[in-house]
Amino acid sequence: MPMSPLPNPAPQPNLETQEFWDATADGRFLLKRCDSCATVIWYPRFVCPACHAIETSWFEASGKGIVYSYTIVRRGQGPYQDAAPFVVAYVELEEGPRVMTNLVDVELDAIEVGMAVEVVWHDTGEGNALYRFRPAS
Amino acid sequence: VTIRGKAYIAGIYEHPRREIPDRTIPQIHAELALGAVADAGLTLDDVDAYFTDSTIPGMGSLSMIEYLGLSVSYVDNTETGGSSYLAHVGHAASAIAAGKCQVALCTLAGKPRTSRGRWGGGGGEQPPEGSFEGLWGLAGAPYNYALAATRHMYEFGTTSAQLAEIKVAASLHAQHNPNAFLRDVVTVEEVLASPMISDPLHRMDCCVITDGGGACVVVSPEVARTLDRPRVKILGHGESPKHTNNGRVDLTYSGAVWSGPRAFAEAGVAQGDIDYASIYDSFTITVLETIEDLGFCEKGKGGEFVLDGALVAPHGKLPFNTDGGGLCNNHPANRGGMTKVLEAVRQVRGEAHPAVQVPDCQVALAHGTGGALSTRMGSATLILGQEDA
Repeated sequence: MPMSPLPNPAPQPNLETQEFWDATADGRFLLKRCDSCATVIWYPRFVCPACHAIETSWFEASGKGIVYSYTIVRRGQGPYQDAAPFVVAYVELEEGPRVMTNLVDVELDAIEVGMAVEVVWHDTGEGNALYRFRPAS
Repeated sequence: VTIRGKAYIAGIYEHPRREIPDRTIPQIHAELALGAVADAGLTLDDVDAYFTDSTIPGMGSLSMIEYLGLSVSYVDNTETGGSSYLAHVGHAASAIAAGKCQVALCTLAGKPRTSRGRWGGGGGEQPPEGSFEGLWGLAGAPYNYALAATRHMYEFGTTSAQLAEIKVAASLHAQHNPNAFLRDVVTVEEVLASPMISDPLHRMDCCVITDGGGACVVVSPEVARTLDRPRVKILGHGESPKHTNNGRVDLTYSGAVWSGPRAFAEAGVAQGDIDYASIYDSFTITVLETIEDLGFCEKGKGGEFVLDGALVAPHGKLPFNTDGGGLCNNHPANRGGMTKVLEAVRQVRGEAHPAVQVPDCQVALAHGTGGALSTRMGSATLILGQEDA
């Protein structure tokens, strides 16, 4: 995995999200799809929020998307105390969901809503990795 | 008015297990919800009100409504310990009797056996959205609001200078409030020159951080008639949470698109009848989106609407936040909802500062925003009026 320019706080997987975070160690971005209505579900959970069925299945996302919105954080806190300025964004995945994330490997003044991005993984050192996004190659 | 005979308990479900280490707390709430609506012969699509306590990880009911994908017009998180759930049923009956909702879901869940030795049924569990939002360096409110502002600018061409007009109007009002935290009148240029906090929001796009608080007393018409104060009648109320809609968050509108029409309909008034508005102003973008969502202008036209002193009392198109609002006066406990009610009451009474009192303020609106604008948020609208309004 590439060096991260940002701190890499570890997630706290729970009973509903363990599979998601385990797959990040292999650089796989898993999404859930409802077996009943085929809605792609985000964040991963027990019940389909569209039709309320409880049968769902994991599949691997493409890792590609576009920037839906972003902000440049000028003052970091917590693990990000010394990281500012850095970018927090919503990325709209090809599969539909808009996920909160960081944009990396990009000049701050080059970021635009709508720009194409791809996932990059940053190891947390605790058996999983953070999904961040950089301009698509 | 009583609730006698005006509501019934139609479905029940008790979780069959007594130790559930293999479920999250939201998951248990979901199982209970599905069980109870099934017992009633309903589905979650029928539910239009949600009642629960404060122990759900994250934003409580807002996190749970999002998790379940509910669409509701009424939320109650009354927290009175073990008695909460009797209160919830009573509140639900009242709400149903009042026509606020028809199918109220009430849930209670916890894992104190699994998390023995730790105080609280939550067991320290993360909210369901937990790590999917908590790892990216967002801490505090400005950043979520900044994301909304960026998207609003992208879709509608809204500018920082337009947002600044909102702060300028608030400062023009605050100069007359001796208790305001910030009393200096500022210009658009000064707002734009203030330090960037989280692009595109500057420091002066953000509300003040203040201690303090507020309170109000609601009484029956019989009691009100005995009191020697101008009567402020509650004409209408609407509320609605908004959530991220299964990851399809839309940052350009708030829950006011639902709470507003509910309040207007109940009050029997329209936007043109509103003489004064208290609009929640945690940030300038909060005001801009809310003005659009309440229907004072077309979606996307808020930036144009706020120009030319539209918000400035007493003679602007929509005089707002005449106490100086959260942007200049007060935002106690990081919650500006109560002060929004108070200034609307002052306006209807005719007791606002003379420099900003709207002449013969017959009908006032107060709007509150909670949580993160347009993502996981609460939204509530009140319409108040003079006795004859």
